[in-house]
Amino acid sequence: MLSIKNLHASVEGKEILKGINLEIKAGEVHAIMGPNGSGKSTLSQVLAGNEAFEVTEGEVILNGENLLDLETEERAREGIFLAFQYPVEIPGVSNLQFLRTAVNAMRKHRGEEEMNAAEFMKLAKEVSKQVDLDPSFLKRGVNEGFSGGEKKRNEIMQALLLQPKLAILDETDSGLDIDALKVVSDGVNALRSEDRAILMVTHYQRLLNHIVPDYVHVLAGGRIIKSGGRELALELEEKGYGWLGIKDEETADSAAN
Amino acid sequence: MATTDQEVNELIKREYEHGFVTDIEADTFEPGLNEDVIARLSAIKKEPEWMLEWRLKAYRRWLEMDEPDWAHVGYPKIDYNSISYYSAPKRKEDMPQSLDEVDPELLKTYEKLGIPLHEREKLAGVAVDAVFDSVSVATTFKEPLAKAGVIFCSISEAVRDYPELVQKYLGTVVPHGDNFFAGLNSAVFSDGTFVYVPKGVRCPMELSTYFRINAANTGQFERTLIIADEGSYVSYLEGCTAPMRDENQLHAAVVELVALDDAQIKYSTVQNWYPGDENGKGGIYNFVTKRGACIGKNSKISWTQVETGSAVTWKYPSCVLRGENSVGEFYSVALTHNYQQADTGTKMIHLGKNTRSTIISKGISAGKSSNAYRGLVKFGPGAEGARNFTQCDSLLIGDRCGAHTFPYIESKNKSAIVEHEATTSKVSDEQMFLCRQRGIDPEQAVSMIVNGFCKEVFKELPMEFAVEAGKLLEVSLEGSVG
Ligand SMILES: Nc1ncnc2c1ncn2[C@@H]1O[C@H](COP(=O)(O)OP(=O)(O)OP(=O)(O)O)[C@@H](O)[C@H]1O
Ligand SMILES: [Mg+2]
Repeated sequence: MLSIKNLHASVEGKEILKGINLEIKAGEVHAIMGPNGSGKSTLSQVLAGNEAFEVTEGEVILNGENLLDLETEERAREGIFLAFQYPVEIPGVSNLQFLRTAVNAMRKHRGEEEMNAAEFMKLAKEVSKQVDLDPSFLKRGVNEGFSGGEKKRNEIMQALLLQPKLAILDETDSGLDIDALKVVSDGVNALRSEDRAILMVTHYQRLLNHIVPDYVHVLAGGRIIKSGGRELALELEEKGYGWLGIKDEETADSAAN
Repeated sequence: MATTDQEVNELIKREYEHGFVTDIEADTFEPGLNEDVIARLSAIKKEPEWMLEWRLKAYRRWLEMDEPDWAHVGYPKIDYNSISYYSAPKRKEDMPQSLDEVDPELLKTYEKLGIPLHEREKLAGVAVDAVFDSVSVATTFKEPLAKAGVIFCSISEAVRDYPELVQKYLGTVVPHGDNFFAGLNSAVFSDGTFVYVPKGVRCPMELSTYFRINAANTGQFERTLIIADEGSYVSYLEGCTAPMRDENQLHAAVVELVALDDAQIKYSTVQNWYPGDENGKGGIYNFVTKRGACIGKNSKISWTQVETGSAVTWKYPSCVLRGENSVGEFYSVALTHNYQQADTGTKMIHLGKNTRSTIISKGISAGKSSNAYRGLVKFGPGAEGARNFTQCDSLLIGDRCGAHTFPYIESKNKSAIVEHEATTSKVSDEQMFLCRQRGIDPEQAVSMIVNGFCKEVFKELPMEFAVEAGKLLEVSLEGSVG
């Protein structure tokens, strides 16, 4: 489904991704771990098309199509979804209106009829229950005054509504209490299907008890330095990143920048 | 980051929808202004002697006045002798007696503008007075209004048919010498709307006027007078459009509102005059004086405005809160882009005890435009226990536009309380990215974000017009992201 080859990207002249290679097939769940500042969010944002980042080399193919040629919104319509690490607020725009606009944009792209307000309301209420968000959140401004955990649940609600082909979840587990972690994990597991892939960034192996990944990758210094099965996460938890010998080298590298 | 700003700038490029010219025969005065012109104007309108005298007095006063230059706007000097002071669609008879007599071309114009002029196309419950260039061409729903005792007609008719009311109130809120443009208007106003709501009557429908400038080189000087008698209520909406022309055109209106004891007036404006092209050529100069007097106790006047048009706007809908416990409100959305300039705001003059006012201003600047809020909150010595709440928010789209806030507070009463809040924000790249990541078009995203920013004001508009206002913002922002 997704094939990333030798991807390099920089922001404000500083190279962050230094040659990422990754193959993701439909139905798979990949976890990406790695130290702070290693480029995990950058990779997520670059895949989603954030123009703050410049791709300097490499290619990304999504279902045979060159992803990097597409605008952000076109990538979204082709099924790329990004759950943000830090969801932004849009004051005054109700969650409901925002979500309906998004869902209808996708439907229009697929040549389907747009959903009217009543139909959408019904659907949105169901999905909000699925992530344990009170339907009153639909009326509030997008992420406006939401707590950290509420924002994360709101992101998963959006993924459930938009039914993407590739869901990229950037630290959707961070800042969640134990119950919320369960709710969010259930949400993500509900997303799992034969024709959908999930790429999730996380720092904690405990999430991987709830959402069992097919592969775990370690991203450090802008490169994937180790890949393995889910046992890699356990090993990391036990031994820390120092075990992979990245700490010193990479710290030195970023200091040089 | 640069990319998004560029996109936003693309989005701001938009086409003016209402820029067509209607091909109808018109009677138009030669450009120029003197006492003869005023006398001719008055004669055409078959005005009584007192009206002509009133105009001439205003004219003489105006000659001694200077054009104001304190506003945060710049435009070339206007030659008041190059403007025609009267233009009317030619009609066989004096005035159309019913809609069937109105020139079909004219009706088509209003149809294009989406105005519910024809009763069979009525937008439920909205009575419309349509002013085309200088004259009022049709007033719908006269009958049901008459049944309720509400007078809703052109000001020309009112001068002839209800002289006592007009003489009693005209110029009491905005006198001749109030300011340069009001003085000019008093001398040459050609038409406008008159509303009188009798004691205890709740006006059975929204009243509305559409203004349209069609002829070239004409100025439009309409005059509106609304009187809400004791315990009455009226909601009034005006909308405005003009064709696209390379020359600038002048619009200098005066609106006077009078609310007696326990009366309420809600006045809403959706102003979409031609703003000029993307290089700043052409467009309407909108120099308007709007003021309401809450002369009765417990009376209330609310101004809601959505301003997206005009090359230069100079406008401060105000409330004089004389009656005890009277309330003044001002809700405003002003959007500028390209080279548009707006200096707009309000004045809340608290004279009576326990008077209250609320000001919510939302300024949106895009392109190279300049958007200024100018507000005065004044408490007289008798304004015991009076209070004001002001909130001024500015939203910037792109980085070549400007927003300015000029709040003035004058208090002669120690017990009066003012609260002031101001914010400036940008449509951020992160917000745009979030929307686009969810598959939403950049244009739609900007319009959605801007609409969200304006929500507090839109909710004050009558339902059908809130929708219209939202659409208008969308059109106004078209092309600002590509
Ligand atoms: N807009 C930006 N301007 C400057 N530097 C940036 C920008 N965005 C990211 N960076 C830098 O790129 C590097 C990688 O950041 P990124 O957010 O991808 O890390 P991460 O792996 O997601 O870290 P964390 O685990 O803390 O979320 C960091 O050094 C960060 O400071
Ligand atoms: Mg991150």
